[in-house]
Amino acid sequence: MRFSEAWLREQVNPDLTTEALVEQLTMAGLEVDSVTPAAADFSGVVVGKVVALEQHSNADKLKVCSVDVGGDEPLQIVCGANNVSIGMHVPTALVGAVLPGGFKIKKSKLRGELSFGMLCSEQELGIADSAEGLMALPDEAPVGVDVREYLSLDDTLIELDLTPNRADCLSIDGVSREVALLNKMPWQPTEPSVVAVEHQQTRDITVVEPSLCPRYLGRLIKGVKVNADTPLWMQERLRRSGHRSLGPLVDITNYILLELGQPLHAFDAGKLSGQIAVRYAKKDETIVLLNDQSLTLSDDILVIADDRGPVALAGVMGGKDSAVGDETVDIFLECAFFTPEMMMGKARDLGLHTDSSHRFERGVDPFIQRRAIERASQMIIDIAGGSAGPIVELTDETYLPKRLPVLLREERIAKVLGVAMPAEEVEDIFQRLGMAIERQDNGWAITPPGFRFDIVIEADLIEELGRVYGYNNLPQQSLLMHARLSSAPETVLGVDRIKDLLVDRGYQEAITYSFVDAKDQQKIAPEDRVIALKNPISSELSVMRTTIWCGLLNAAHRNVSRQHSRVRLFEAGLCFKVGADAGEIAQEKMLAGLVLGSQLPEQWGEASKKIDFYDVKADLEAIFALNGIEPDFVAQEHPALHPGQTAAIKTKTGALIGWLGVLHPSLEKHYGFDSSVFLFELKQEFVLNKGVPKFTSLSKFPSVRRDLALIVDENMPVSRILAEINGFEEEAIKEVIVFDIYRGEGIEANKKSIGLGFFIQNLTQTMTDTEIDGLMASVLEKLTLNLNAKLRD
Amino acid sequence: MSVTREQVLTEALALVSDAKDLNELDQVRVRYLGKKGEFTQQMKALGKLDPEQRPIVGQAINHSKEQFQTALESRKSALQSEQLAQRLNQEKIDVSLPGRSQSGGGIHPVTITLRRITEIFKGVGFEVVEGPEIEDDYHNFEALNIPAHHPARAMHDTFYFDPHTVLRTHTSPVQVRVMEKGTPPLKVIAPGRVYRCDSDITHTPMFHQVEGFVVDTDVSFADLKGVVFEFLRAFFEKDIQVRFRPSYFPFTEPSAEVDIECVMCDGVGCRVCSHTGWLEVMGCGMIHPAVFKSVDIDSDQFTGLAFGMGVERLAMLRYGINDLRLFFENDLKFLEQFN
Repeated sequence: MRFSEAWLREQVNPDLTTEALVEQLTMAGLEVDSVTPAAADFSGVVVGKVVALEQHSNADKLKVCSVDVGGDEPLQIVCGANNVSIGMHVPTALVGAVLPGGFKIKKSKLRGELSFGMLCSEQELGIADSAEGLMALPDEAPVGVDVREYLSLDDTLIELDLTPNRADCLSIDGVSREVALLNKMPWQPTEPSVVAVEHQQTRDITVVEPSLCPRYLGRLIKGVKVNADTPLWMQERLRRSGHRSLGPLVDITNYILLELGQPLHAFDAGKLSGQIAVRYAKKDETIVLLNDQSLTLSDDILVIADDRGPVALAGVMGGKDSAVGDETVDIFLECAFFTPEMMMGKARDLGLHTDSSHRFERGVDPFIQRRAIERASQMIIDIAGGSAGPIVELTDETYLPKRLPVLLREERIAKVLGVAMPAEEVEDIFQRLGMAIERQDNGWAITPPGFRFDIVIEADLIEELGRVYGYNNLPQQSLLMHARLSSAPETVLGVDRIKDLLVDRGYQEAITYSFVDAKDQQKIAPEDRVIALKNPISSELSVMRTTIWCGLLNAAHRNVSRQHSRVRLFEAGLCFKVGADAGEIAQEKMLAGLVLGSQLPEQWGEASKKIDFYDVKADLEAIFALNGIEPDFVAQEHPALHPGQTAAIKTKTGALIGWLGVLHPSLEKHYGFDSSVFLFELKQEFVLNKGVPKFTSLSKFPSVRRDLALIVDENMPVSRILAEINGFEEEAIKEVIVFDIYRGEGIEANKKSIGLGFFIQNLTQTMTDTEIDGLMASVLEKLTLNLNAKLRD
Repeated sequence: MSVTREQVLTEALALVSDAKDLNELDQVRVRYLGKKGEFTQQMKALGKLDPEQRPIVGQAINHSKEQFQTALESRKSALQSEQLAQRLNQEKIDVSLPGRSQSGGGIHPVTITLRRITEIFKGVGFEVVEGPEIEDDYHNFEALNIPAHHPARAMHDTFYFDPHTVLRTHTSPVQVRVMEKGTPPLKVIAPGRVYRCDSDITHTPMFHQVEGFVVDTDVSFADLKGVVFEFLRAFFEKDIQVRFRPSYFPFTEPSAEVDIECVMCDGVGCRVCSHTGWLEVMGCGMIHPAVFKSVDIDSDQFTGLAFGMGVERLAMLRYGINDLRLFFENDLKFLEQFN
């Protein structure tokens, strides 16, 4: 809500600078969003009156004006505006004036005619962002008076960003009430005079839904002059609150909205037919609104209707057909209280959000309607003339919001705020807040005023106490509380440990969006059942990722296109899939990585080598070394990966831990990469589980190494050989390493030679050569038998 | 015998001093002291002399030998140091060349910030808890005292999957989940991703929050002020000014926004703080009785404090980052700045 500081100060004027006032509002919970001057800096501009006007002899678009500025002689000023006319009062910048932006007005010659100043538009004075023609001042504007003074432009616009609970401050009345209580100043609401009833005509009204509209007031005002001028002071206040002047009737209802926070609506009585009803819309009834929007209504929308159909969306916006126009003579003025429950969500559902719906949704004072309609009537008659009929009021007390006493226990104040407040202070604060106080044994029964919709429970009262007392005046202390020793689980590895490991191995952590492009997702994991957003930001961010690869591939591509030839990224986070059971959503923590480019950064000491499968596999093995699991890397196909360079990573019991592989060449091409992209993704669940180490005795006897070079089929995975050896359960074989893979000369085609190193050690004795030879012979024999391995000569 | 012993010695000494390396020197040694060496021959020849002459000649030979050996040793050590010096010279390297290495990696600045935040709270016994990111309407809104159509829902631009399933708009649902299962005292910190359907220069549809809350028999607003104040000073490692402004969140009451003195201009006023000297950094408050009610905690017996902060915002202030969107572009030139 934006308003003029001068307007506020007319209601309550504390001895505070603008800066201090703004600070006070902010610190009381009415956050000031911005403070701006009402007009830009300018000087030397006075009210001028155009007394004579001639066409410029050398320029079609220019006029030579004679302008009375209160001096001995009128000034000659050349002007190019279309709307200049004789008799017009207009802001006139005199020679020596400085306009916004430091623009100085000098005596000048335009196409041969002397000009001693400039006639100004609102834009040129920095009052408005744009303008069509000169700013027309009222005829009664006194010639020669400084325009800043005349328009009271030395004013400040204060914009409040109000929280939804403070509907009571959506008006000048409300803000001034708050300022008064903060400064312990007296405050009186704007009290209207009651207008004289000059005719007895009324309009028949029925409220079909009193639970949504417990109070409805209507009045006929006859014979208004819709073309009357809105007084300048009102126009200025409206403008400073962001409302354009739209004729006296709309201006006055807007003014009351700003002043009292009560929305009103003026219908053209001549365009209404029969009885006014506050009822639900019938299904598929239609209405064209004031903003030209056509709506087909559903039957849960409250409308104001006449005999022919809806004439307004209750509390939101009036209809176009019944709107006040140039030919309006009689008006029907509506002033109602619609409940927040009726309004909540409705305007937003319809894509409409108006000043009126905003206020009703948050809560308008249910006891203010008569005051508001009287004040509006008074202003209408004062400004646009007309005669008022009696007010017809339909109120159903049962549905009016109740303001019930709320119990405040004295001891709760200290318990919640951390400070015991003296009873006098408590009572003083609630009195200033306009609440009725009744002292009780252990505290108070406090009844909030009608305009406070947010005081319902004890905590609401305590918040008010803290707020008015000042949060910064409340005590502050170090947290003291019961403490339990924290556990130090050894079976869980923190994901941070794994992240640090990857960082130490040259990876950079990425964070990509959890929602991705459905097309990318489909390409990378066509078999996953995705979860789609109903209201995505864009099609590129429309489904939840089932794999982190989508995001990493895009990040990698972005980096490659920005001339990074080496990319090593990882990300940890949730992936989302439709679960096994209907309606179930699986949210699984994953850890993924992407590597492309050379194995090492280019350097003098190492030859440049492209990264390969085994480089990345080493990174994963390093992760698995942290938790001691020894997974199997099994050749298996994955839709996103190269069929010959992909491993499913599995536990010994066959559960899938994740994948490692090279991006499929067709996807590599699709993304536009020009080298192999290595990808891995692991389920964190498996990576973060860790066994507690268990001690085994150390052998005092020497360890012996024996090597075997075996010739096996090309397709024989090394893991198969190692698993076979492991299956022999020879306790003395402590470790087997692969020290060589050889193909080529001396080895027949479709075969390879594998060099294995055996580390042999017995726990209880030194093994003799004979024993060791026997063991190795037995190993070789079994490998030959089971895997058709041959000893290389 | 045509050559005298003196001549032999002179020649031997000359050969020693002329020897160019240890190898040559050793040949000289063998030539004079070896089994067939000249001095050895001379000693062997002693036997053929008169017995009276033998000691005299023998002494003379020994004298020559000693002289030779002294010269030999000294030459040897000279040659050795020369050789060492030469080797050291040959082995000299350019120590300014960079080491052979893998590149260094790094943690994302959001994670760095999350780690610092959680570390500060873990130090005083807060437990770190995570929750689901696809949430049900109940935990994200209803249980937090935000019923359907509540105006506060307009403050959360929510991503929906269906009318009852959303991407969590804040980390506060973790508060509900923890309180549903646990019993006070509770001291919990809940970091994680959150989502809002909003995307412009200052908003990304995904960002990170940390929610913290404490529930015990006597937790007050004074404790809340203390914990927030101490946290902010610890986080920024600076004795910054902190202020608490009344605000509104449906799930806390009293509620407050927390401002810190602008860390960019030290409170003087700059573009970052819109010339106010203050920066809004977090929201907090005392847990609303309605929230306690939804998780069956007696709000007469227990009180609770809660606070929530935007991680990207804190990271931006801490590191002077001027564009929120950089966090999720994952440009290495950006990420590597935090290594």
